[in-house]
Amino acid sequence: MILALDPLYLTNIGLAVVLIALLKVVLAFAIVLVAVLFMVWFERKVIADMQHRIGPNIAGPWGLFQTLADGLKLLMKEDLVPEHSNRFVFKLAPFLAIVPAFLTFAIIPIGGNFESKGGSVRIFGYDTYLQVADPPIGILLFLAMSSIAVYGVMLAGWSSGSKFPLLGSVRASAQMVSYEAALGLSVLAVILQTGSLSTHEMVADQAAGGFLGFIPNWNIIVTGFVPFLIFLIAGTAELNRPPFDLVEAEQELVGGFHTEYSSFRFAIFFLAEYLNTINMSAIIVTLFLGGPSGPVLIEGIDWAWGILWFLVKLFVFLFAFVWFRATLPRFRYDQLMDLGWKLLIPLSLGWFLFLAALNIGNDRGWNPGVVVGVTIVGGFAGGALLMAAIRTARTERISQEVDAHG
Amino acid sequence: MADPLDYIRGFGVTFKKLFEERLTLQYRGGKGKPGKPDEKREKGLRFHGRHVLNRYEDGMEKCIGCELCAGVCPAKCIYVRGADNDPDNPTSPGERFGYVYQINYLRCIHCDLCVEACPTQAITESKLFEFSFTNRNDAIYTKNELLVDDNGKPRWLPWEDWRDGEDEHTSAWMRATSPAGDHRYEGVVAWSGELGHGVRSPEVGQSDSADESSRPEMATTEVEQ
Repeated sequence: MILALDPLYLTNIGLAVVLIALLKVVLAFAIVLVAVLFMVWFERKVIADMQHRIGPNIAGPWGLFQTLADGLKLLMKEDLVPEHSNRFVFKLAPFLAIVPAFLTFAIIPIGGNFESKGGSVRIFGYDTYLQVADPPIGILLFLAMSSIAVYGVMLAGWSSGSKFPLLGSVRASAQMVSYEAALGLSVLAVILQTGSLSTHEMVADQAAGGFLGFIPNWNIIVTGFVPFLIFLIAGTAELNRPPFDLVEAEQELVGGFHTEYSSFRFAIFFLAEYLNTINMSAIIVTLFLGGPSGPVLIEGIDWAWGILWFLVKLFVFLFAFVWFRATLPRFRYDQLMDLGWKLLIPLSLGWFLFLAALNIGNDRGWNPGVVVGVTIVGGFAGGALLMAAIRTARTERISQEVDAHG
Repeated sequence: MADPLDYIRGFGVTFKKLFEERLTLQYRGGKGKPGKPDEKREKGLRFHGRHVLNRYEDGMEKCIGCELCAGVCPAKCIYVRGADNDPDNPTSPGERFGYVYQINYLRCIHCDLCVEACPTQAITESKLFEFSFTNRNDAIYTKNELLVDDNGKPRWLPWEDWRDGEDEHTSAWMRATSPAGDHRYEGVVAWSGELGHGVRSPEVGQSDSADESSRPEMATTEVEQ
């Protein structure tokens, strides 16, 4: 029953259904690879533009084939395995990074007519969703996969048998584990709103008519913008992208966890990194911006509009991630941990409780003004307690340091 | 405490850059395609490039083989051996001439001390820096490569990336500092420039630097041939 949410599997499962499922898998694989090629090129171009440079422009029109050329070059490089490495884990780690990245893409709805057909399209006479799988656990798969990706980074650094990769991977695992908490808590706000874990349900929920007829019913508005902001920041940290790229801080750690990797194994890490960027943008679009939902402007090719809206929204976030990189300097490690543990996690937890109180108040018919007032007072009280606790802990620590070192 | 809005303004700054002028020049190391030639930035007048050995207007070599350049060279990249001129067929005016003259460009740091040391202004520097070698012997330039041609221009060697105009003003560095750094030479035509260019306008020294307009054009005052 795990895939049964897709109307494709409600009919008699015959050869045609299997073939359509296979076609979707192959297509998703191809789309992802092409998207990565594009993303690497796009990032280099935009960041060059933001730095008064031109960027790649030799290979192909506007340098579009630059990534392809780089990939071919990497394929032909010597594949080095360091002498002091754990050979099995060293070879396993890149795949632990790339496989979760591919799997995450499977749950992202990239199209479908959400206006009138409930998000499905017709392929060869069968109704189906434009996503590889729509498991009932939905968004949890994304959280699980991003947790598994930590192992890829962690084991890559550890198995290299080298100092800097180890330091990089220790940083990576600490960073990714701490930001996963904030990430999960902001996803909770969306789940609370939708009442379902399925990504398709989330999009369908947001596709419903919004306030006043023209403001969309997107979760970014419905959940009050704060979970979106937290998700964006925590997501950037989860991706190890600037300004949270301490994992591969070139000035301190050579290349970070993949210092010892060369050739195709390095290419796989590179691929996984950019694939995760695309995935994260797509997840943000799905969770907060209504995924592929949008008006069907021309009937007849209704399937194309969902894909178009999805790509437009996706593009905004791909640009945003490049923009972050061009603008923000790298965080210091203690600043990174402070931001994660002392700001993002309490804030997302508080906001989640606030939304929960609103929902319960709504169900029970309580006065909304009183509910908001009480939760705001409660939130401030909690925040004050937290800040007091942090300050006390800091003064304790400083006095201990003074005692120890005079 | 920084203004929190500054974070937002930072994003504005990078976004504005998207629409500003690019500083990159499309230079591919001489591999520009037809219709898309390499762009090159204009070099400064006093740019230190590869050396040339100059000749007088009558074709005589200026080098007298004194080895002062080799002596002053901090990188020890110059090798000079002088020899007596054949009285019937002299190479340079005077007793001696540079019989062997070699510069190793793997060592040269282009400090131009040799140019300052030369008593006859025999060695000066062109503005060429785009030259490379595939073995160490090729990096040693001899008189064959260094000596200017009959028109007083540096030779355009096949492995060097010359552009029009780069072989002019090869003595600009010397004239720019006024010979020997002596203020008495300011505004005085101290010595003529390269072969074939006649007399150039004299250097204006630092004491006149307040008056920008009186600074001489490095462009030449050509003498009618």
